[in-house]
Amino acid sequence: MSTPTVTPATAAPHPHQERKWTDYFTFCTDHKVIGIQYLVTSFVFYFVGGAFAEVMRTELATPDPDFVSPELYNQLLTLHGTIMIFLWIVPTGAAFANYLIPLMVGAEDMAFPRLNAVAFWMVPPGGILLLSSFLVGAPQAGWTSYPPLSLINSKWGEEFWILSLLILGTSTILGAINFVTTILKMRIPDMDIHSMPLFCWAMIATSALVLLSTPVLAAALILLSFDLIAGTSFFNPTGGGDPVVYQHLFWFYSHPAVYIMILPFFGAISEVIPVHARKPIFGYRAIAYSSLAISFLGLIVWAHHMFTSGTPGWLRMFFMATTMIIAVPTGIKVFSWCATLWGGKIALNTPMLFAIGFLSSFLIGGLTGVMVASVPFDIHVHDTYFVVGHFHYVLFGGSALALFAGFYHWFPKMTGRMFNDNLGRLHFALTFIGLNITFMPMHELGLMGMNRRVALYDVQFQPLNLVATAGAYIMAVSTIPFVINVFWSLFKGEKAPRNPWRAFTLEWQTASPPIIENFEEVPILWAGPYDYGLDTESVDEEESLEDMLAEVGADAT
Amino acid sequence: MKIPSNIITLILGVALTLISLWYGQNHGLMPVAASKDAVEVDSVFNWMMTVATGLFLIVEGVLLYSVIRFRRRPGDQSDGPPVEGNIPLEIFWTAIPTVIVFFLAIYSFEVYNNLGGLDSTNSRDILTQQATAVPGNSSTKMVAMASPHHHLALGIGPNYGANGGPPPLEVNVKGIQYAWIFTYPETGVISGELHIPVDRPVKLNLEAGDVIHALWVPQLRLKQDVIPGRTSILAFTSNLEGAYPIVCAELCGAYHGGMKSTLYVQSQADFDKWVQENTFAESETPQNTMAMRSPLTNLTTDGEYLAPYAQEMGIEEETLSQLQAHHHEIDRAL
Repeated sequence: MSTPTVTPATAAPHPHQERKWTDYFTFCTDHKVIGIQYLVTSFVFYFVGGAFAEVMRTELATPDPDFVSPELYNQLLTLHGTIMIFLWIVPTGAAFANYLIPLMVGAEDMAFPRLNAVAFWMVPPGGILLLSSFLVGAPQAGWTSYPPLSLINSKWGEEFWILSLLILGTSTILGAINFVTTILKMRIPDMDIHSMPLFCWAMIATSALVLLSTPVLAAALILLSFDLIAGTSFFNPTGGGDPVVYQHLFWFYSHPAVYIMILPFFGAISEVIPVHARKPIFGYRAIAYSSLAISFLGLIVWAHHMFTSGTPGWLRMFFMATTMIIAVPTGIKVFSWCATLWGGKIALNTPMLFAIGFLSSFLIGGLTGVMVASVPFDIHVHDTYFVVGHFHYVLFGGSALALFAGFYHWFPKMTGRMFNDNLGRLHFALTFIGLNITFMPMHELGLMGMNRRVALYDVQFQPLNLVATAGAYIMAVSTIPFVINVFWSLFKGEKAPRNPWRAFTLEWQTASPPIIENFEEVPILWAGPYDYGLDTESVDEEESLEDMLAEVGADAT
Repeated sequence: MKIPSNIITLILGVALTLISLWYGQNHGLMPVAASKDAVEVDSVFNWMMTVATGLFLIVEGVLLYSVIRFRRRPGDQSDGPPVEGNIPLEIFWTAIPTVIVFFLAIYSFEVYNNLGGLDSTNSRDILTQQATAVPGNSSTKMVAMASPHHHLALGIGPNYGANGGPPPLEVNVKGIQYAWIFTYPETGVISGELHIPVDRPVKLNLEAGDVIHALWVPQLRLKQDVIPGRTSILAFTSNLEGAYPIVCAELCGAYHGGMKSTLYVQSQADFDKWVQENTFAESETPQNTMAMRSPLTNLTTDGEYLAPYAQEMGIEEETLSQLQAHHHEIDRAL
């Protein structure tokens, strides 16, 4: 700890350009601007997708389709799924990756800044195109768009959906090329691959999945588009096509997509927990390699979505085995995070509460995930509310809670302002209670016989559906403290120091928000990313470090 | 006196095991099981619930304990102990889940095999365009294409009657938006609901008229997609009399939620009576009148669910023509 972290205050920092607010609305190549652009855009769509979910839950409060027509219900469920996946969770992962990777590896920017800006600017047109499908009759075939149903209803809405997904898919491929290149080629010389933050490991695993699987989805969608517009019969059985082939191609991407949606947030959790528990991450290499294992296994489990469809018996067994094996690397991560908490000095602030909430609800999604991998059981629950409950525990209880943990954790870095911790905790409490009330009863509904994607259902299922609807309203209310907190903190929040959490990763060694091109000088790596508690004198050192940082900060601005 | 920590651990471990075992067997989350196979599926689920309950309690317990015991005290700015890992512990929690999923996979395989999921005939794909509905003939008709289709599973259930057992009751099932039509080739009965005798093997030959549907009977724990252009098969034996819902479990359009019917598992006498009543009605009803009647009243159960929406659905003509075509087919077959 004797080496100072950054440039000594004596070195004259060369003058930097100031960031203008208009940059956020233009084709800007700064990775931090692009990160914020991704984040804000994805949260706009989060509210759209969330509003659709609330309409659907209101409809499902009663067994009759009396609030919206069944056609509109199917349009809403199709767009809710598509928006939440392709316009909220995936772009938010890209937002964190864009903002954090260059800072974490000590680089000035991404490897391909212009490509990066192109990737972002494909998202808003894709999203607007998707929503404008309402003008021509939105798609009704679910986010899976299985033919022949997808070839029958809302032809042009379906085409809009396909084009939108092709645009958004291309955007994620461009992003992934950038993430991998930056992580592998632009680390500061001192940082070897085993001393980079675990978020970078998670993004390598995610990017590998994006690059290997997204082209297959593109192929499937283009062929589906031919069937739709040109009257070919790749998947249309009336012309000799095979709808099961589409299912294989679709899930070859869309199961890895689940890991594309969860791995970046696994990475975020690995950053949040050690900082706020004041302990080194437990089992760095185990967590890093298990990301890669999940990434590899994620490519060979797709047909577990087709256990009741047309797949050979032995293949069902193969996919059951591979799916169950994924529980092992995932378990390693969950146990390692719990062990990181064990014996620490846990600060129960908003990021940490969301992180612990993530652990406790992702666990439920993981356990039911092993259950649905079992073929005989899955034959019963496939396409029922049990599955709806399962994947919402994974994607909302998992990805979304971790997303909020990361959001609050890096909010001071991104905005230069501290958030209000009490409002943040209220946001957590409402979200956590709301999600459990919404998604827990769905498991029982599915086991008892309620199928999914229905606007009308049997009267016997009404009580539990009412409970779920009440939970959904609590989640709607939870966004109020969230929005108030963000805007209030942006304008009135306490100014954030460089390193409010006393963290060791490099993004905390520059100003909050970081200056253009990130660091005054190439930062020096003086500690591993999670070296908490290794120096007994850290308390004193930390203070003098703060002083030095303040000095440098004052000079820089 | 302070109780030694290993005694506390032991007591907690025993309590955890007992709670998991009890909840795994007594969760009461499943509907009634109407066949032996359903009981087997439930036993897989109960076993998974036992393990899941145990893991759930351990992890949530650790989290809760950590939040209370290891929370930062006000004013404490120091770090926790610099523990970076523990190789034996990490090997332990890698090995245990591996062993659990290994046994779970073997057990699931066993049950799936008992359900007839790996049965050579029923789990094979049959393309209707090229083959007749009789599965045995398909291999001879498609010599060139035989090998890939031999391995495509499109159904589940034992191959009843193959090894000298009693022949199953065959029912041809057609799924259309938004109704199920059941025809009994033996007797020529056409119905909107499925009646079967208890304890007799049943074989459903499933076909779709428009889009993909899926036939699901929650009480049998059986579900199979019905894919246009192919025949899929569900074979089972129910051993519990009762009326169970037949649910479509694959999104098939706006009124997917209303695509329901009922499975009546009856005593042989009641079943024979039902067949007789309906055979009589069939022969009395000339073909034209049959086609003129609204399917929504003919297929009683669908009427129940969908009658209020008949106007909005606008499928009457379509369904009528489907039904008519279907009726002709049956006539030719007879």
